[in-house]
Amino acid sequence: MTTEGSLSPEIVLAEMKKHGITHVVWLPDSETNWLYTLMKADPTITLVPVPREGLAFSCAAGLYIGGAKPVILIQNTGLMESGDSMRGWTMGLNIPVVLMVGYRGYTRHGVNRDTAATYTEPFLNAFHIQYYLVENSEDAPRISVAFEEAQKNKRPVAVLVGDEYHGFNR
Amino acid sequence: MMKMEEILKVFAPHRGDAIVVSGRANRHWDKISTNKNRDLSLGDPAMGGHASFALGLALAQPNKKIVLFDSEGDLQMSMGALSMIADQMPKNFVHFVLDNECYGTTGGQPVPNAKNIAYDVIAKGCGYASSYAYTNLESFQVNVKRIMEENGPVFVAMKIIPEIENLPIGQRAPRLGKTKEQSVADLRKELGVNN
Repeated sequence: MTTEGSLSPEIVLAEMKKHGITHVVWLPDSETNWLYTLMKADPTITLVPVPREGLAFSCAAGLYIGGAKPVILIQNTGLMESGDSMRGWTMGLNIPVVLMVGYRGYTRHGVNRDTAATYTEPFLNAFHIQYYLVENSEDAPRISVAFEEAQKNKRPVAVLVGDEYHGFNR
Repeated sequence: MMKMEEILKVFAPHRGDAIVVSGRANRHWDKISTNKNRDLSLGDPAMGGHASFALGLALAQPNKKIVLFDSEGDLQMSMGALSMIADQMPKNFVHFVLDNECYGTTGGQPVPNAKNIAYDVIAKGCGYASSYAYTNLESFQVNVKRIMEENGPVFVAMKIIPEIENLPIGQRAPRLGKTKEQSVADLRKELGVNN
């Protein structure tokens, strides 16, 4: 399914499943809709939709403490809304969780027209959250790096999805 | 209006082997509980998250009853958690909201529209399997056994007498019981999880 220069949702899902995810706590955005279709069809994954992104962090904490393996799938706008919840429920409780973050407004050439993109990386840096940029299928192994790092350090680690799966940013 | 401590004493004999997320009720629950390895006392990691946290726990442990003692101030911060919970329909989840109509730990200022909100109606409207509201202990006492036996998610709104704290945080008595880290570690050991 992969084509050079685009990000295959099948590859993204396969990379997440390598790490045994059980629940995807998520709020839809344009970056993840195609992935949603795949996840919904996968019987090994439970989707937990949230009405506001901050709730994803507290829910993921409960899932992890109860023995499950959640991943959070949200857009950068919602990440910024979630600051206190991320601090208290995941960093404060030592929860290893990967945040798959749709990087709305990201442009490879660096000229942003969307402040959602302007503030995303400074926001992550302010919270000392390690992050990895994934723009195409060749970058997908970075998702595994994020999972390994989250598990090792018992902290959230972000993957910035810098491309809609259909590659609109180019 | 009921005393929080008395509600917890009425609840305790019906707890069974449920996991109890004690929230702001921990100040009393820690003295009442007789199964501390199944108590989860986290303090207040970030206000507004207790209901969605307990949902996560209920989904991860579908064969264990999860009881949450939430507060109306916490719930008001994230009312959308009710629809999120109802969407998953965890049969093993009992959601108490202890409603003192104010922010008890910041001096007792009223929550928005404090006296006029029917949280049980909102929960039912969001799709909870059942919901109840109690203003006196006798009615709760009569119904608590049935509440604990019902399929969830069950919502129980309880009007309580405020216990106001007005000291600066640094001057307050230390929290009771275990640290949050120890509480989490003990529960995970009890559940045999090591993810």
